[in-house]
Amino acid sequence: MIAHAIFFYTFSIIAVVSAIMVTASKNTVHSVFFLILDFISISCLFIMIGAEFLGMIMLIVYVGAVAVLFLFVVMMLNVAQQKNQWFAGQQSSKHIPVGLIISTLIFVEVIIVIGGWKYKPEIFDINNSIAQTSISNTHSLGQILYTDYIHVFQISGMILLVAMVGAIVLTFRQRSGVKRQSYIKQISRERAEGVEVLEVQSNKGVKIDD
Amino acid sequence: MEYLSIVFQEVYKILFLLVPVLVSVAMIVWLDRRVWAFVQKRQGPNVVGPFGLLQSLADALKYIFKEIIIPSSSNKVIFILAPIVTMTLALIAWAVIPFSATQVLADINVGILYLFAVSSLGVYGIIMGGWASNSKYPFLGAIRSAAQMVSYEVSIGVIIINVLLCVGSLNLNDIVIAQQNMWFVIPLFPMFVIFFISALAETNRPPFDLPEAEAELVAGYQTEYSGMMYAMFWLGEYANILLMCAMGAILFLGGWMSPIDIYPFTLVPGAIWLILKILLLFILFALVKAIVPRYRYDQLMRLGWKVFLPLSLIWVVLTSSYLFYFNLLPVN
Repeated sequence: MIAHAIFFYTFSIIAVVSAIMVTASKNTVHSVFFLILDFISISCLFIMIGAEFLGMIMLIVYVGAVAVLFLFVVMMLNVAQQKNQWFAGQQSSKHIPVGLIISTLIFVEVIIVIGGWKYKPEIFDINNSIAQTSISNTHSLGQILYTDYIHVFQISGMILLVAMVGAIVLTFRQRSGVKRQSYIKQISRERAEGVEVLEVQSNKGVKIDD
Repeated sequence: MEYLSIVFQEVYKILFLLVPVLVSVAMIVWLDRRVWAFVQKRQGPNVVGPFGLLQSLADALKYIFKEIIIPSSSNKVIFILAPIVTMTLALIAWAVIPFSATQVLADINVGILYLFAVSSLGVYGIIMGGWASNSKYPFLGAIRSAAQMVSYEVSIGVIIINVLLCVGSLNLNDIVIAQQNMWFVIPLFPMFVIFFISALAETNRPPFDLPEAEAELVAGYQTEYSGMMYAMFWLGEYANILLMCAMGAILFLGGWMSPIDIYPFTLVPGAIWLILKILLLFILFALVKAIVPRYRYDQLMRLGWKVFLPLSLIWVVLTSSYLFYFNLLPVN
């Protein structure tokens, strides 16, 4: 139990500190790296409570894909320019009220969830459903997702697909006058249409029509 | 005291796994160069030690004594972290590789997901190195490799789903045992081919070594690195290649299972079969490096997104409908 506690506190301290550093560090790329550290320590916490599937998916989806894209975008930004605008200037003040409202909302939500969990545990029913099953975490997730919640699951997939198609449609533009390569054309070229052997007479040369 | 003995036992086990992996990484570099040389009718490294076996050790010694240069305008912490991240991620993945039914460091339920997660984290070493160098060529190389690795990961993930449909478990040992009657390379042969090519792209091997294309990017993300830090990138890369070969061997070639289930073959320990299969796959990797010219970048992306992804998705539908129709779905 002591080892368990040591690991729990290590991971949670790392998670909290790196979450603070995400907002506190001045270099945007550093904040993304702290975000990654945060994701990793949270997935470690997931694994510690026995939600191994969730932890691994967290690693694969958030750290392996989403954070890479974040990093992509952030690296393209001009960090030096940004520092002048956001950190040194007075422009940041108008973001503060919006941020305050959102963080208050999230705080209230967390209070509601934790309070409900503490005083009305039967609503959440977490302990019963985990304790009664002897099968692994992955199996039980699959059994719930693909039976009781199949429609919600499929609809959420559809929403993601629609978002993806929408993003592509919004950013897609057909430019005219751009030469494109047709792979089929390139591959299906025969020797006969590409190469011609000519008898060249000296001092006369050859006229190539193109 | 009890904790301490457990810790010592685990450390002993980890060393027993890590030291052979590191030695075989060194050997595999030598093998790679030898195969490459033989294809081109050269001798390759054959001077240091018998058959040049100690060449990698000599190289490593050279790297250790070289000066480590940290560019003055680089981001120093991230610059130093990058090779460490690459190396660590390449090595921690070996924890779940089963060498026989019992010889596995961590026999976790979600072994294949762990492997996939760790290999998808591998891109960070390269991005960090490329960005922290604060130089044009490394940055271009890092961006290229990030795009490349993210896109080929997708098809590898879908291929893994194909295998998992036939197994019904995420545990690596279960995946090996499910291939008792038939290796998955036979029913899923197209997926094996796609996995092999995606593994080449995922580990930045030729013909997909665009992140370090020396003709256009000097050496890509590792341009600014020198000495031991360069060597760590290099070791991490080869450890990753070995890992991909091990993944291929476990997913498609029956892992530690002997190819024929008859008496004299079953006596051979599983680790040896796994190593032979990894070697077979690695020699294929080396041959591809020697034979195939480098891809153009747009062709590489097209291959990943427009060919491999739809093909492997179609194969998922095929596999699952076949299993469902003939009632072969693994239910436990």
